[in-house]
Amino acid sequence: MQTATPSQTSSATRKTTVDQWWLLVIAVIALIVFLVVTQPNPYQRILIFVEDGVWVTLRTTMISFVLVLILGLVVALARLSKLWLLRGFFTIYVEIIRGIPVLVQLLFWYFAFPPIIQNLGTSLNSPALINYKADPNFMAILGLTICYAAYMSEVYRAGIQSIPKGQMEAARSLGMTYFQAMRYVILPQAIRVILPPVGNEFITLLKDTSLISVVAVSDLTRRGREFMASNFIPIQPWIMVSLLYLVMTLISARVVHYIEQKTKIER
Amino acid sequence: MTSEPIIHIENVHKRFGNVHALRGVNLDVYKGEVIVIIGPSGSGKSTLLRCINRLEEFDEGRIVVDGIPLDTAANINAVRTEVGMVFQQFNLFPHLTVLENILLAQRIVRKRSKEEATRIALDLLYKVGIPDKANNYPIQLSGGQQQRVAIARALAMNPKIMLFDEPTSALDPEMIQEVLDVMLALAREGMTMVVVSHEMGFARAAAHRAILMDEGQIVEEAPPDVLFTNPKQERTKAFLSKVLH
Ligand SMILES: Nc1ncnc2c1ncn2[C@@H]1O[C@H](COP(=O)(O)OP(=O)(O)OP(=O)(O)O)[C@@H](O)[C@H]1O
Ligand SMILES: [Mg+2]
Repeated sequence: MQTATPSQTSSATRKTTVDQWWLLVIAVIALIVFLVVTQPNPYQRILIFVEDGVWVTLRTTMISFVLVLILGLVVALARLSKLWLLRGFFTIYVEIIRGIPVLVQLLFWYFAFPPIIQNLGTSLNSPALINYKADPNFMAILGLTICYAAYMSEVYRAGIQSIPKGQMEAARSLGMTYFQAMRYVILPQAIRVILPPVGNEFITLLKDTSLISVVAVSDLTRRGREFMASNFIPIQPWIMVSLLYLVMTLISARVVHYIEQKTKIER
Repeated sequence: MTSEPIIHIENVHKRFGNVHALRGVNLDVYKGEVIVIIGPSGSGKSTLLRCINRLEEFDEGRIVVDGIPLDTAANINAVRTEVGMVFQQFNLFPHLTVLENILLAQRIVRKRSKEEATRIALDLLYKVGIPDKANNYPIQLSGGQQQRVAIARALAMNPKIMLFDEPTSALDPEMIQEVLDVMLALAREGMTMVVVSHEMGFARAAAHRAILMDEGQIVEEAPPDVLFTNPKQERTKAFLSKVLH
């Protein structure tokens, strides 16, 4: 039978209920405010100190995620391609990436990749390559993107494959090209299926950006450690850092939930 | 009928791994002809139909549709815009309304303006008898209505040939006739049609030729009355005795 979005029939009767999990977000924010107000030393000092780290974390997450969404789709389509060379290449890419810890990949891009380029420059006698320097922020985004695109491609692939074969056949039989069929028929249906796992990937990525603190990026985690090191207090910086991550992940989860509800109701 | 067939199928073979699904099929279909294909499950009826618009690639032989040989990718898309197909499972796009289902390919393949495409779509919905469902989603329609939308969607591309693969076998009995009526009207208008169906009434009323397929081959072909009542081949008799109870 036709697969149908089950929400279609009930959409008229469904009402947007107030999402009660927002209360948890508010509670965490209230706790931060409470700590900052009642014990400005050290909490206010910590907050001011790590604030720029919050922005680095958010910026890195956002840029990486947009790139991951694009590259992940390209990889997924390549892996579904009829051309075995393309399929094989990207299958190997995904398998390699999935087999190496994210932290190790980030260390590779930051520490190993630049000397590899420099050595290449020496043997090719190219000054541009010999003088190559890695920018920590760039390398962090590169590493996260290459890694998460592999994960994301699996999410896309599962979503695309969940759409019955007859949909592609009907589209092709109407004269659409493969890419038109993907664009107008398959992906719009797959989006609904993959939205929850894509949201999860975003939140996991947000948390994993803390790993870039070991490759010289001044993100929230690194700023927390710096505060601890220069002030010799081990407890409060990590309470504040944890609460800040929690605010970001909880808000993200609510936004994902909201988008999910919205796409359901529109059908 | 002109002397040039609009579909020319010559010694076509198709294998799925070990399964030899088509074993040298030869068939010419002429403009305006209605052909009904019957045969046991797994005999290759769907595969033959799908080879005609290249949803399935064949291994050997030649298919020429309206003078276009099915070989290069460009030719395949050219052929697909000339050949409409209706599936057993309807395959409407569930995320689009009925109207949008009929508009989509008109807009992006035929590059029609929205006004023109909408006019064509509404005319066709009227023709298949469901003018009031344009803004519903497929899931809100009965099976018979969905299949009629699928027919309208295919017709909107102005195909010269329509292929039907068991268009009524997923339908509840009370909805079969409304779909057959649409097909019958289409046949009367002179559409070239290749129909896989065991609806004998439709075959008798509409088909010029009936074909029995078995084990990847065309076993017998004759006008439907002759094939159904007076078959020559043993395999045809055996099959018909099962179907007609
Ligand atoms: N995609 C496929 N992969 C492998 N084998 C296939 C595929 N499609 C069809 N076959 C096989 O090819 C043979 C012919 O199948 P086909 O679907 O053309 O038969 P049919 O006459 O349409 O049967 P039915 O009446 O059940 O629809 C069968 O043995 C079938 O199992
Ligand atoms: Mg079949």
